[in-house]
Amino acid sequence: MYRYDTYDQTLVDERVAQFKDQMDRYLAGRLGDEEFRPLRLQNGLYIQRHAPMLRIAIPYGMLSAVQLRAMAAISRRYDRSYGHFTTRQNLQLNWPKLEDVPAILAELAQVEMHAIQTSGNCIRNTTTDQFAGIAEDETVDPRPWCELIRQWSTLHPEFAYLPRKFKIAVTGASADRAAIQVHDIGIRLNRADDGSVKATILAGGGLGRTPMVGDIVREDLDWQHLLTYLDAIVRVYNQWGRRDNKYKARIKILVKALGIEEFRRRVEEEWAHLKDGPETLTDSAVTKATSYFPEPERREVSAEAIEAYEALRRENRAFARFVTNNVVGHKVPGYKAVTLSLKRRELAPGDVTADQMDAVADLAEQYGFGELRVTHEQNLVLSDVPVDELETLWKALEELGMANPTVGTLADMICCPGGDFCSLANAKSIPIAQALQDRFEDLDFLYDLGPLDLNISGCMNACGHHHVGNIGILGVDKKGQEFYQVSLGGRSDDNATLGKILGPSFNAEDMPNVIDKVLQVYVEQRLEDEVFVDTYHRIGMKPFKERVYA
Amino acid sequence: MTSARELTDQRQGGVIRQNQLVSEDAWQVVRLDEDGNLTSYQQPALLPLAEWQALVAAGEGSDHLAPWLASDTELTPELGKALVDAPLLAVDFPNFNDGRGYTIARLMRERFGYQGEIRAIGDVLVDQLHYMSRCGISAFALRDDQYVEDALHALSSFSVSYQTGVDQKTPLFARR
Repeated sequence: MYRYDTYDQTLVDERVAQFKDQMDRYLAGRLGDEEFRPLRLQNGLYIQRHAPMLRIAIPYGMLSAVQLRAMAAISRRYDRSYGHFTTRQNLQLNWPKLEDVPAILAELAQVEMHAIQTSGNCIRNTTTDQFAGIAEDETVDPRPWCELIRQWSTLHPEFAYLPRKFKIAVTGASADRAAIQVHDIGIRLNRADDGSVKATILAGGGLGRTPMVGDIVREDLDWQHLLTYLDAIVRVYNQWGRRDNKYKARIKILVKALGIEEFRRRVEEEWAHLKDGPETLTDSAVTKATSYFPEPERREVSAEAIEAYEALRRENRAFARFVTNNVVGHKVPGYKAVTLSLKRRELAPGDVTADQMDAVADLAEQYGFGELRVTHEQNLVLSDVPVDELETLWKALEELGMANPTVGTLADMICCPGGDFCSLANAKSIPIAQALQDRFEDLDFLYDLGPLDLNISGCMNACGHHHVGNIGILGVDKKGQEFYQVSLGGRSDDNATLGKILGPSFNAEDMPNVIDKVLQVYVEQRLEDEVFVDTYHRIGMKPFKERVYA
Repeated sequence: MTSARELTDQRQGGVIRQNQLVSEDAWQVVRLDEDGNLTSYQQPALLPLAEWQALVAAGEGSDHLAPWLASDTELTPELGKALVDAPLLAVDFPNFNDGRGYTIARLMRERFGYQGEIRAIGDVLVDQLHYMSRCGISAFALRDDQYVEDALHALSSFSVSYQTGVDQKTPLFARR
């Protein structure tokens, strides 16, 4: 995991002092609301429905046990003893006091954390595959590259006042688990025949009001040029992105308006000036960044231990269910990555209590070299668990309520905070998630349905990524009343596709029945082993529409 | 970490250059009126780019006339080269949220080699000065309600930066 040196620490400390000063000036009345707004947003501070909200950066989702414990302490001292993991792999506190935020940032800085650029019209937290570095299908570990991008984008002087927010995602695996096609910039890393790293750069994807799948701007970019190429893209966007209408200000609108050829031409023209300039990456820079992500010192897991684990899987049905759904393969034999489910009825999707944070920090030290990852599906991952320790880990997770064996199923829904917390929301999303979890709690039914992404957003800003849910639910407001629109067929994998709207929206009470009817059509029509989204794309919207609106 | 400071009420507005308030600065920013005409002015004056170019083309340019660039100015190679001899260059921030001026300043410094003063005008706020200075802006005409004391403090907020700027030609990854 990346560790700060004196430069990183100095920068974050100076940022804390800067924000303290800005807050003092705001509270003293010499910094107006409008002027303070972008400053607080670029420090993660929102003014929300009930209270301020603080979004803490977790760069590319990597989190240490020490950091998680610090957040537990912060949530106890300054908030209501819980936090919320977001689809950007960040952690949000929902109830801090405005005047406490400088102190919170100071405490975060002590564990190499901050809230820099977690909001605002700037380059946001770069995200990646939660299985980075351990995935069986990975050709390039994206983490050092994400770290280099993090450093490049942090307090970038030219790009702090972009037309709109700007999001970058990176993958180095053959299967895209970072949704790179629906980001402002998506980066796919791969290896050339000579072993060198090459990047395919996409631009202009994104969700929100006008969802789009990104286009390829450049293929086979040599790794040395990664940062200069990003500079070129963002500079083109800064100059030409629309600023007259915030709904048309994202880079996707610019790419579409210019057309990908003209957009590419402008980027390449800009890049011609930047190429081989000072930001050109060097061997030593990459070697240094890579050194922060060493292979952990894994003990060898014996063949007997692996056999015993397989036997346990055969004998213990509950354990087998957990393994099948929440445990994935690892590039090292005898090791697995385990997803800790933050989807259970008692708490909103992605929420975690301070006590759970402390307990999970202990587990990470016991089972995962003191490290965790946050997933964009709002779960946590222990990435290095020997198979002979899986059973005890599973039992510990059961006690914490984090062993729900439903990862990847309908019950593992993505859900934004919605109208319960967010001032932008048009409708509540958490009660919908809970109603669906109540209705579809039967595990055999969930397993029979197979992999299914159900994503819920409380407004068209799409924090719940509803466009790319196989089933998407969007809260809409009609004359002050909350309704829900359903879309089908979205996906965020290699074949990223935006869902299509089923038809007129529904009342909250109707949602379980509506989703049930959608699932009935699938169960009746599917071919053997066909997943929901494939059935939808084979048979189209009509049968679903006929059933739901019958 | 720098310690908290006392906020005192010192003067507001004015031009800052080289970390101090400039006591005498006569450059007047001239904008077009509602009908698109230049308001009357005395030299030294900062004129809208097109008006300044017209005067230069007519042989009426002087050391006391300089252009200001709107945030949507497209810095073509021709324009960039034509601006290099201006005695002063102002970049307008019509709204502090409009970040195009940062790119304009960097391009003038790094691509076209402008050596003179680049001055930020318009909605110039204390908390933008650090980024502006990193992008090569060397003088700041503060908005009238901005405190000079706060501005000078903000300019020294950071002693380190990751990426290159006009102030730092080598990224941190090459200096560690």
